Amino acid sequence: MKFGILINEGPFTHQASDSAYQFVVAALAKGHEVPRVFFYYDGVYNANKLSAPQADDRNVVKRWSDLAAEKGVDLVVCIAAGLRRGIVEDNLMEGFRISGLGQLTEAAMGSERLVMFGD
Amino acid sequence: MLHTVNKSPFERNSLDSCLRLAKKGSAILLMEDGVYAAVTGTTATDKMASAAKGNSVYVLGPDMSARGLAEDQLIDGIKVVDYEGFVDLVADNDGVTPWL
Amino acid sequence: MTEVVFEIEGVKKVITFLNRKAPYGTIYALEVLESVLITAAFEQHANIVFVDDGVYQIKKGQDTAALEMKNFLPTYGIIEMEKEDADEDEDMDMNWRIIVEKESMEARGLTADDFKIDVEVLSSAELAEVLETSDAVIGG
Repeated sequence: MKFGILINEGPFTHQASDSAYQFVVAALAKGHEVPRVFFYYDGVYNANKLSAPQADDRNVVKRWSDLAAEKGVDLVVCIAAGLRRGIVEDNLMEGFRISGLGQLTEAAMGSERLVMFGD
Repeated sequence: MLHTVNKSPFERNSLDSCLRLAKKGSAILLMEDGVYAAVTGTTATDKMASAAKGNSVYVLGPDMSARGLAEDQLIDGIKVVDYEGFVDLVADNDGVTPWL
Repeated sequence: MTEVVFEIEGVKKVITFLNRKAPYGTIYALEVLESVLITAAFEQHANIVFVDDGVYQIKKGQDTAALEMKNFLPTYGIIEMEKEDADEDEDMDMNWRIIVEKESMEARGLTADDFKIDVEVLSSAELAEVLETSDAVIGG
């Protein structure tokens, strides 16, 4: 089954991105498809390549990036939400791309389920 | 329909709104801070116990463990799932309504 | 970076926007509006639902001048126009509903006359049916 994922909070302040990540890993392990994760609201901060957590903590940004590289998950950052918060090509982590909100509607249309994580 | 609740019932009204607007018989998953609603001995226990009679109520085990909650504290009828169980719930229900 | 292409030709879904937060104190109300409007571009069915403090989003008389924040009450007027255009256009298969939950409205001492746009006022039980029949629910 195809799952679309929507993440509306940034890393660290809220658990949303962590929950979403664990969900996506479990879904892929069970043989489901997660074609796209859409990052909206403060969720765009998940794509900030300048994020540098301490060594004993999980690296939320890198973890998503690795998942894109290993599993081909399409990580899309909302352009309007990103511009508002200063997430642009210059500080965009590898594996993410910036695009319009239509990509969220497409994910909702093209997936059997849309699962949202936020606050 | 699967309803997800990620807020403590003592902080926000997400659980109350979910219980008011989830159709009888639908599935409810308590996750993140929502797991505090799953245990006995709180002011939220009665409404949660009553919801567990009309709906299938689940709680995310990893979120319970992280918060020091044990399975023997759970309200009768609430089932523990892990992330794979969460995935199954999403797949088995027609959609997901988030109560944030 | 992987760009996925979805098969969406001819797909028609019911997308529900569950607005539960008051405006201005947080950004949720504003950004959800942007996602509602894009739904029209794809001619998808939509339920724009106001529950809990979300009902405050469409309260008349909002004046944000002193806050230097954008007053987005007029944007709800655009949503109402999109809905009316879709209702009038027989060639357009796009059904939008703008819904307020009666219990949330009454708990806050409001009536339908307090809202800037025309809404359907539904009971909790009626709204539960609307949620149940949605293909995707976007909360906020």
